[in-house]
Amino acid sequence: MRNFIKRYRAALVLLALNIFILIVFPVIGRKSMELTFYNAKEMLMVIPPIFILLGLLDVWVKRETMIKLMGEKSGVTGVVIAFLMGSAAAGPLYAAFPIAGMLLKKGSRLSNVLIFIGAWSTTKIPLLLFEASAMGWKFMVTRFLINLVGIGVIALIIERLLGSEEKAEIYEKAAAAN
Amino acid sequence: MFTVVLYVLAIVLLLLSFAKDKVKTKMALKKAWKSFENILPQFIAILIIVGIMLAVVSPEMISRLIGGQSGWIGMLIAAVIGAITLIPGFVAFPLAAALLNSGAGFMQIAVFISTLMMVGIVTIPVEISYFGKKATFLRNSMAFLFSFIVAIVIGVVLK
Repeated sequence: MRNFIKRYRAALVLLALNIFILIVFPVIGRKSMELTFYNAKEMLMVIPPIFILLGLLDVWVKRETMIKLMGEKSGVTGVVIAFLMGSAAAGPLYAAFPIAGMLLKKGSRLSNVLIFIGAWSTTKIPLLLFEASAMGWKFMVTRFLINLVGIGVIALIIERLLGSEEKAEIYEKAAAAN
Repeated sequence: MFTVVLYVLAIVLLLLSFAKDKVKTKMALKKAWKSFENILPQFIAILIIVGIMLAVVSPEMISRLIGGQSGWIGMLIAAVIGAITLIPGFVAFPLAAALLNSGAGFMQIAVFISTLMMVGIVTIPVEISYFGKKATFLRNSMAFLFSFIVAIVIGVVLK
């Protein structure tokens, strides 16, 4: 029980805050609760398959295979796989972090995992279609092309700027989290 | 629609896995649950923050802030709003289209959409727990700056 409270501390504080808002500003409070439930529902819709795939990946894909596909020496293959995996995703960016952790744990190169995160954040295929219909094809394609470059550049710069100790720490975190 | 594809993929692979090895499949499901339960407290916290934020910062308010404005100030405001808020894509794009109609320029909207998708102030604690402080800070700040490049390119192309 104490453990539960410790882990959910932030969530409980925020819940209390929301209840406080509900009492002081009933309109905003009610709206925020509605929005929270709505978003929770949306999230719960996409989360089961994502985490099932995560579990299957962990059990079936050997570390050696993952290193070959997305590791230090995977080259262009690793970049393409990372990009496709991120783009084929659904769900909010924060759902990508556990998967990123799993990819790191299995020995993927850091820059490839960052490309995966970049692709998930901004070139998700379902969202691109949505973007094209709302903003027009020219807007979507332009943004997509420049993002293609930007995601890769950002990933490589981050990888360069991190020291070997910092990288080791990231891999340790990934191993502990999954 | 896309979610359906994801479900079909997960179910088909799960069945294949089950046919091949029951024990391993059970392990995979346990793993799936553990990973989910591991991050659930943070997910719930994010959902509540987003709820409160969207209740306070309504689409109308956003369109008032960056709607009529143009120039760099408008872009900066758009970028900051995008970085702080966490709006699902299916709400963001109709909002962006509405902003366009209410007089915002393509550049402000491009920078807003970019920071909205790539920069996550609210989710920084989750990101740090996976990537550490330095990588998280670098990714978010570079994505913030990159959003302006995106906006400039969009501004040139769509002129």
